[in-house]
Amino acid sequence: MPEDLNTPGVEIPPELRGTVTLTTIDRIYNWGRRSSVWPVMFGLACCAIEMICTAASRFDFSRFGMEVMRPSPRQADLLLVSGTVTKKMLPQIVRLYNQMAEPRYVVAMGACASGGGPFKEGYNVVPGIDRYLPVDVYIPGCPPTPQALLNGLITLQKKIDNQSIKDLSWYSKTPDNGIPVPVFGPDIIDPRQNALIFDITHRPVDIAVESESAEKTSGEEA
Amino acid sequence: MSDIAQATTVPTLEERFSGKLIPETRSGYQGYIVKSENLIEVATTLRDELGYDYLSSVTAVDYLPEDILEVVYHFYKSTGGGALVLKVQTPRNASVVSSLTPLFPGAEFQEREVWDLLGVRFDGHPDLRRILTWEGFAGHPLRKDWKEPFYEGDVKPYDSRWPAGHISRAEDNNPFGSNVQYPQGFDPAAWVAEGDDALYRIMKKAEPDSEAEHLGSEQIIVNFGPQHPSTHGVFRMVVSLDGETIVDLKPVMGYLHRNHEKIAERNTFLMNMPFTDRLDYICSMSNNFGYALAVEKLLNIQVPERAEYIRVIMAELTRLSNHMIAIGTLLNDMGAYFTPMLYYLEERELILDIFEAVSGSRMMCNYFRFGGVVRDLPDGILEKIKPLVFDRFPRTIDELDVYLTQNEVVRARCEGVGVLTPDQAIAFSAAGPTLRASGVPYDIRRADPYSIYDRFDFDVVVGYHGDVYDRYLVRMEEMRQSIRIIQQAVNTIPEGPILQGAPKYQFRVPAGEAYGRVEGPKGELGFYVISNGKGNPWRYHVRAPSFINVTPLTEMCRGGKVADAIITLGSIDIVLGETDR
Repeated sequence: MPEDLNTPGVEIPPELRGTVTLTTIDRIYNWGRRSSVWPVMFGLACCAIEMICTAASRFDFSRFGMEVMRPSPRQADLLLVSGTVTKKMLPQIVRLYNQMAEPRYVVAMGACASGGGPFKEGYNVVPGIDRYLPVDVYIPGCPPTPQALLNGLITLQKKIDNQSIKDLSWYSKTPDNGIPVPVFGPDIIDPRQNALIFDITHRPVDIAVESESAEKTSGEEA
Repeated sequence: MSDIAQATTVPTLEERFSGKLIPETRSGYQGYIVKSENLIEVATTLRDELGYDYLSSVTAVDYLPEDILEVVYHFYKSTGGGALVLKVQTPRNASVVSSLTPLFPGAEFQEREVWDLLGVRFDGHPDLRRILTWEGFAGHPLRKDWKEPFYEGDVKPYDSRWPAGHISRAEDNNPFGSNVQYPQGFDPAAWVAEGDDALYRIMKKAEPDSEAEHLGSEQIIVNFGPQHPSTHGVFRMVVSLDGETIVDLKPVMGYLHRNHEKIAERNTFLMNMPFTDRLDYICSMSNNFGYALAVEKLLNIQVPERAEYIRVIMAELTRLSNHMIAIGTLLNDMGAYFTPMLYYLEERELILDIFEAVSGSRMMCNYFRFGGVVRDLPDGILEKIKPLVFDRFPRTIDELDVYLTQNEVVRARCEGVGVLTPDQAIAFSAAGPTLRASGVPYDIRRADPYSIYDRFDFDVVVGYHGDVYDRYLVRMEEMRQSIRIIQQAVNTIPEGPILQGAPKYQFRVPAGEAYGRVEGPKGELGFYVISNGKGNPWRYHVRAPSFINVTPLTEMCRGGKVADAIITLGSIDIVLGETDR
């Protein structure tokens, strides 16, 4: 039985150590959760290769309870967004997240997933997955080295250690309906932005030009 | 090399097509301009009578000031030699060109890409849909007057940034706070997304089978991916199944389309070097190599001896590491779940250690420069490479050879599966191990030698059955040949400078076009670069082997079982960063 499962300050007689532990619900819950963070087997781009290296023998993240990578999001706890999120891929990523059973965590691995990275200016690139999913840990690097990824995952474990079931969103009474799945339009459409989009595209043209770039779409239509 | 080949063919070609081929007159350009109505005739003659049977690359260039779009074709002979470049010009507002897909099926995806990104319609194309963006996307992004939501200026470095240093977050300048833009009057609530109906409609139906009709079997459509453990990334295959037999298969891509070419046309020439790393992110050194060759052709500079040797060593180490991953993932797809992969990754880590010592980064090396490499080899690195290539790698490759090659399951799954005949392989513009496994001994290192590959003793590995097993065998043997090359190179590498001239950030590249191609681990990796004499490329196109090798996938899978589609895809060895760019 691990040492850190005991509530600090509670004395357990030496002869019972290893057999009896006094702890709180939060502690044992977090201990179980942090020791079995199963990632979705899901790779996007360059970072996915480093993720594979981290899973392989030299770095071996199964040391931290993460060796079981599940191809199905239903069986996973962690969505490692490992690479550039493109607009074309975005609906699938949001669906994956929605399909994951709670509790679920998201790690943005690398510069692209965190903020667009070197490809931020691209027309098909989402500048950071945090526009759509709640991200728990950001890992810098392009790509992050396996050591950096391990550090990020350990940071996630520390974050889990400090959670309490009292204030976790997935134990609240209001049902979580998931994140609205983006739609392919002339550009990717976030359904949460529909009112804003309508508002801006229906402004008179001169105001739109003033506010810069609302009418920056190309002349030729498909 | 290509110049010599052209000089000998010029008179015959022009005589042959009297008036139909107009030699290029722009300075720095090569090849011929063809009228669209003559294109099919010229291409047929080139293929059937003159031996230019391999249509390597199809792309287009937007000449906005002249108001023309120019479609550029690179033809090669499958027996080796330099390129024959044909160009077809078409007005920008009504751009239509005859499709070459009926003649060269390998043009299918490339023409779709040109339609998608540059808006050139191809008359006679069987399936002209968007390929990298989605149906309904507004505009054709690679046109020079198309501006993305985060547009800041036409070329980098942006004047506003330097020297005053005005930096603002791009999100703050966009009313939506993100990387999106919509046409005026667009109403998202009324929008109906097109979806995949068009794709499902064109999927072929099975031939009605009178004997099985009473079974009332129904054809079903199955989607593999884009999130699927065996599609090697975010690749999607839509498969039409009759029972377990594949009736039709359509690859869907673009899920990792990172706008490499659009970004590259803004960047300065050198700024693109780290971006090429991220094309095929397993083989960054080979990508650097191809791009450096293309720009060096434009700059017309020579590379010092030592740098050439370093380049060859690095490119071959890359090939080793790529084939290790390729075979590992192929075995994964077959069900040898991660065990061979772990063996190979262990070896690959040793190669990555060398890359890290040499360039500072494990994967994204950014090591090549125009005219050499960025820095010399660190002390003692050759002493690290030698034991690997003389002892460890040959041993481990033999070891895995023993485990895998004669393995009953591997042979049963691979032999006779996903067959591509030599004629098909050439017609579909397949490249690399996919082409050679079909019995076509075409290796650019031999067929059109670049760098110093003509000095090394190595064999072009060829398979004869064109099936998955032969593609596996070709990769296995190519690893041994790469080791041979590295062994020769590390023993003969001279001392000397590693860069031609002083290191520079900004290059004045003379106007003109250049096509640099290398035999990348996945096949012919070509960079088509056009300079207009300024600091940024006017056009930058990547002829990506992973992209074009997918073209014959349908042909290889049709009639097979659904489980075989996965290993067939695995045997082509694609990397999505390069497929989608």
